[in-house]
Amino acid sequence: MSTVHVISLLPLLVIAATSVVVLLATAIRRNHAVSFGLTLLGLALSFCSAFFTPPNQVTQLLTMDRYAFFFMTLITAASFAVTLMAFGYFEAREGRKEEFYVLLLVATLGAMVLAASSQFASLFLGLEILSVALYALIAYLGDRPPSLEAGIKYLVLAGSSSAFLAFGIALVYADLGALDFVRIGQLLGIRKGLDLSLLLPGTVLILTGIGFKLALVPFHMWTPDVYEGAPAPVTAFVATVSKGGMFALLLRYFSQSASYRFSPILLVLSIIAIASMLTGNLLALFANNVKRILAYSSIAHMGYLLVALIVSNRLGANAVAFYLVAYFVMTLGAFAVVTMLSGRERDADRLEDYRGLFWRRPWLAFVFTAMLLSLAGIPLTAGFLAKFYIVAAGAESQAWLLILILVITSTLGLFYYLRVVTALYEHPSGNTQVFEPLPRRAPAVSLVLAVLAVLLVWFGTYPAPLLKVIQSAIGSIT
Amino acid sequence: MTLVWLLIVLIAGGILSGLFARWHLGLSRWIALAAVTFDLILTLILAARDFGTAHPVGNQWLEEVNWSWIPQSGIHFHLGIDGLSLLLVLLTLFLGIVAVVISWTEITTAVGIYHFNLMLILAGILGVLLALDLFLFYFSWELMLVPMYFLISIWGRERRAYAAIKFFLFTQLSGLLMLIAILALYFAHHRATGVYTFEYQELLGAQLSPHAAMWIMLGFFAAFAVKLPMFPFHTWLPDVCAEASTATNLVLASLMAATAAYAMIRFLLPLFPDAIRTAGPAVTVLAVIGILYSAILAFSQTNLMRLIAYASIGHLGFVLLGIFSGNSLALRGAVVTVIAHGISIGALFLVAGALEGRTHTREIGAMGGLWDTVPRLSGVGLFFALAALGLPGMGDFIGEFLILIGTYQVHFVTAAVAACGVLAATFYALRFVQYVFQGSNSHLWHLPDLSPREGLLLGAMMVLLLWLGLYPQPVFQTLAQAANHVPTLWR
Repeated sequence: MSTVHVISLLPLLVIAATSVVVLLATAIRRNHAVSFGLTLLGLALSFCSAFFTPPNQVTQLLTMDRYAFFFMTLITAASFAVTLMAFGYFEAREGRKEEFYVLLLVATLGAMVLAASSQFASLFLGLEILSVALYALIAYLGDRPPSLEAGIKYLVLAGSSSAFLAFGIALVYADLGALDFVRIGQLLGIRKGLDLSLLLPGTVLILTGIGFKLALVPFHMWTPDVYEGAPAPVTAFVATVSKGGMFALLLRYFSQSASYRFSPILLVLSIIAIASMLTGNLLALFANNVKRILAYSSIAHMGYLLVALIVSNRLGANAVAFYLVAYFVMTLGAFAVVTMLSGRERDADRLEDYRGLFWRRPWLAFVFTAMLLSLAGIPLTAGFLAKFYIVAAGAESQAWLLILILVITSTLGLFYYLRVVTALYEHPSGNTQVFEPLPRRAPAVSLVLAVLAVLLVWFGTYPAPLLKVIQSAIGSIT
Repeated sequence: MTLVWLLIVLIAGGILSGLFARWHLGLSRWIALAAVTFDLILTLILAARDFGTAHPVGNQWLEEVNWSWIPQSGIHFHLGIDGLSLLLVLLTLFLGIVAVVISWTEITTAVGIYHFNLMLILAGILGVLLALDLFLFYFSWELMLVPMYFLISIWGRERRAYAAIKFFLFTQLSGLLMLIAILALYFAHHRATGVYTFEYQELLGAQLSPHAAMWIMLGFFAAFAVKLPMFPFHTWLPDVCAEASTATNLVLASLMAATAAYAMIRFLLPLFPDAIRTAGPAVTVLAVIGILYSAILAFSQTNLMRLIAYASIGHLGFVLLGIFSGNSLALRGAVVTVIAHGISIGALFLVAGALEGRTHTREIGAMGGLWDTVPRLSGVGLFFALAALGLPGMGDFIGEFLILIGTYQVHFVTAAVAACGVLAATFYALRFVQYVFQGSNSHLWHLPDLSPREGLLLGAMMVLLLWLGLYPQPVFQTLAQAANHVPTLWR
């Protein structure tokens, strides 16, 4: 490993170093603001370094190509937003706050490793770094029983899904003798009269592990409870960084190993996609808790993403990347609003907390509306173009059944987004108790919201520059 | 550039109006009014410049803007205006002014957001009328929905949440079907030519198998039929009109219907001539059923807004008949009817809104004998009821007459049955006049008559309707300029 390789690893190294520095700073003297500032600095440096570092294959484990850099910048930017959200949120609470940032950095590192891994060993490594940090993050508010419950639930389920994943990897390795995605693709291409007795169960087990992280049906059971129990900024992190890193990996695996040549895998994925779209949207209809609504809707969104993955044309890969960017923006925005309104005792997750918000805080209600409408896929927002590209990718491969289900379920999805939106604009009736948010306004969260709102409209009206970046990123894996 | 300015002025007006409402409500209203009026003047200048001049064959658009927008997917920001869109843009902006002015006293909560939404809807409608790129068209088409949802759900009556969601689901699902159809057309064109483009004029020449053309046509048709609305997809309109505010009803029934009719003429007929020829007869049958069915339902309504909504559906049945009968005379009649219907039905909504503002009810049963107390308002109401039933001398008559003549040449049974619809319209229109204005004032209403503001608006609408009815030649002349664009059906 030469210096060039070390330089290529810079985005990862910066994050790893920052986590150590924050840990040391905490050991010397506890100061929330210092930990917060160091974390922001580290994330910003890592973000910037990704633009300057040369692409390289660093050992067999990490492929630092443009694709990896693209998702790393996305992940660090999202973590940056989560950090800003977390400061005000934890500042209003008792207890130790500084370790949160260490855990956040470690989890970010895990997700970044996922984005850069092109073989199963580093996949497993990244996944475990991410998961272990997440157990603690989800249960971070130890004095709140739902938070603890969510943490334990995630621990048990994530642990067993990792076991499935490891077993699946072992089966594939036993059959092919390779861990590398490209090599696996080559071996599969060479072999005639494919014997699927080890390969198919292996692949399905791997999909189980990945599906759990992405909360695809039928591995979605944990999602609503974890979303509801975890502190709002952590929920934002689980929804975006954790899932985004995993999807980046899935897309790379899918295209580099050329898995789309195998119809059994496509069939399995199609069933999972349809089930996710239906289940996510239908369950969200019956939820009354905003965090749970967003949890179910995220299941549906992963289903939409899977549609673009399954059709596996060039447009599909671009659509996945564009959708992930849009999904990051709107999900972070929605959870930033939840964070902003959350009080000391509990998070603002009941629908009642949002009733008549427009009449109290019009700008906040306006931004929340934009985020929800983007999730629903309405024009002028990034969510619209994202959905447009997925439908376009489906239409190109003439996957009519998949996109018809996408269209129908996303219309169903409108119901629950509009339910929240309608609540925002209801006239306040005099006798209802208004849930009082944080005692002081959080300027950091306002900043995050403003930036996200601008991005939402920018990507929704003039996506050409972003598409150019995405095309070059996708170009490096296909 | 004029076309871009039309959109910019509306959107900027909406944003400014929304911002200034914090300090001064009147200012917010004046900004919105100024924005729409400015647009109307711009369009009139455009119309005056080109009126009567013969256009060279190659350059068919009076004004055109074509910018690259998302080059990766062959998407252009391409706007163009011809005689057909010019007429409807003028209608939109005129009724836009009406909508702003009648909201002056009716809307008192969240005035800024209200005008922001209204301006955004008008911008969306103009986008639909001007777009020559199918992506831009779909974008504008969907852009209208959300602000409309807010207009219904925030400023509506008691059951506004139900009405708003019903509206949204109907239009959104049908819109998404159109999206699939647009994409299917896009990729079919790519497979044939190797070019990725959403350009209207390039897609006109797309080679489609009859089977594919029929399916794609149906995808488009779903969106247009729901928006128009066509029987049997009309059920949302009365429900929404019963709950929404006056200006919302005006925009919904008069303008959104105009965009649907426009989209059928601009996109459906030229893109899929063969599929239309196959499906045309079935659509005309549905149109005729719609005309008669809505007349019967209008007759039995007790809510004034619902009655007008059904009357609107009846007129739009004629429009549908005119578009799908495959006759150029009928098609021209359809365009005239769209304009006349926009004004007459819009004016009826205004009258109903004025009555509601005074009596605080929309129930016909609670009114009666109002002629004694509000003679001028009642006179105006009678005028527009007569216009709606197709009295000669007014715009609706010209349009429906042409449609019936045109249809008669193609299929005389359809024309004969549709003519009964004109007769049926007499019943509900006169019932409206009889139960609301005539009879004895049993509820002892004592109301203020037309205000100068209302009088001015309704007077202007009367003049336009009479003009359209007595001297429609300028409309036909303007329309003739657009005739080259729909060649297959202008026989």
